[in-house]
Amino acid sequence: MTETLIFSLLIAVAVGFSAGYLGSLMVLKKMALVGDALSHVALPGLALGILFNFNPFFGAFGFLFGSAVIIWYLGRITKLSFETLVGAMFTLALAIGILIVPEPDLLEALFGDITKVALMDTILAVIIAILAMLLTKIIYNKIILGMISEDLAVSNGINVSRTNLLYLLLVSLVVAIGIKIVGTLLVGFLVVTPAAAAKNISSNLSRYAMLSSVFGAISASSGILLSSYLSLPSGPLVVLSGIAIFLFTVLARWRLKIDT
Amino acid sequence: MGSQDDYILNVSNLSVELQSQTILEDISFKLKRGMTLAIVGPNGAGKTVLFKALLNLMPHTGKVDWSNRVKIGYVPQHFSVSDIPITVKEFLLFKSASGMENALSSVGLDSEEVLNKRLNILSGGQLRRALIAWAIIDSPEVLLFDEPTTGVDLDSEESIYRMLKELEKKNNITILLISHSTHIIEQYSDYMLALNRCVTFFGESKEIADPSIQKIIYGEPVCVHVKE
Repeated sequence: MTETLIFSLLIAVAVGFSAGYLGSLMVLKKMALVGDALSHVALPGLALGILFNFNPFFGAFGFLFGSAVIIWYLGRITKLSFETLVGAMFTLALAIGILIVPEPDLLEALFGDITKVALMDTILAVIIAILAMLLTKIIYNKIILGMISEDLAVSNGINVSRTNLLYLLLVSLVVAIGIKIVGTLLVGFLVVTPAAAAKNISSNLSRYAMLSSVFGAISASSGILLSSYLSLPSGPLVVLSGIAIFLFTVLARWRLKIDT
Repeated sequence: MGSQDDYILNVSNLSVELQSQTILEDISFKLKRGMTLAIVGPNGAGKTVLFKALLNLMPHTGKVDWSNRVKIGYVPQHFSVSDIPITVKEFLLFKSASGMENALSSVGLDSEEVLNKRLNILSGGQLRRALIAWAIIDSPEVLLFDEPTTGVDLDSEESIYRMLKELEKKNNITILLISHSTHIIEQYSDYMLALNRCVTFFGESKEIADPSIQKIIYGEPVCVHVKE
């Protein structure tokens, strides 16, 4: 096993676990497509990183962070749904990104590439993933309460709007680190599908959050291993691994008659 | 009549405006500790808005004075649990790690039976009771219920109100509730505040049986000023 593969696997576990954990909220908030679309917003940032020779992660995160703040703010003042605002933002970002990403780097940006993962990328990804999970754990119950009833949450002293903004920023962080291995086009998958699979077979909230994280980590790491052995792009293989888990949970739910 | 200390809530000249529309205008009333006050009125009268203003969840003018450091429990009318795999235990843990069994038994739920059940598979009546258990788990002195029996069958509705009355007596809790049911208001509340943007009636709940009072409550609004 090469050093690059070990780094990629470490990133995959960190990104998969954290994306699964954060995604468990995204799916319950019925914002699955938001998670997917938000990831595309990173493309112009990646392009700037490639063009001006700085770490594309910072470009991607800058664009994701900026978009999350704009979407949150527009949502507050216009009362339009997240879906509508993200839908408007992401197509624009994708169009700009495709126009300015140099063609040789476009495939890597869109579908991920594990052959260029370095030690610093790995350390950065693991630290960010752990930080994002810890902060999400602090606001997890507040977000759930806000979903049950915003009035109930506010009457218990929770600032729902600020909590949602923090959550969007944490999703942006995790998406930004996931782009390296899965690519901007497919990283949203890691936020959505592990949670959907976990929901199929979870009878309570803590199990749901845990399974979603574990499924995320398994999808990402098995996709990376397959990519290394088959010499194919990592992003699509991560997606296929995750879909296999999802189908397994559908089968388990049907066979075991799990009522969720 | 009573001393100022007997009053747990004193509302004076409360007004709420939303998008340049007056929703509540010049609402004033007082409520004694341990009483149940029913808020009544036609749809769109501002009942829920009044609750939100009392909880300081909504910008308003005028004064809402709760007695010092009063602890308030609130059960909103609308909530959504259908898609969230959260159990009763996990839900109650959000608020308090202790007192779960007591809170559940106070609302007539068997903790062994429901603690590990998900909220989204409880019956309408059980779900409302679980929400009330959430509201009372940290022993509040005041409970606000926005139509506590929405989505509940008639038998369960009656038993929920009986349970609320017992809670009021046992723990000397002050209850404010929004209800549309004349029979419930008459039987389970002490006072009634009728709203239709302004206060149209304030008095003892038994008066709701009087057809002329019902006409005042649900007819064209004629504002009154509550003295006591």
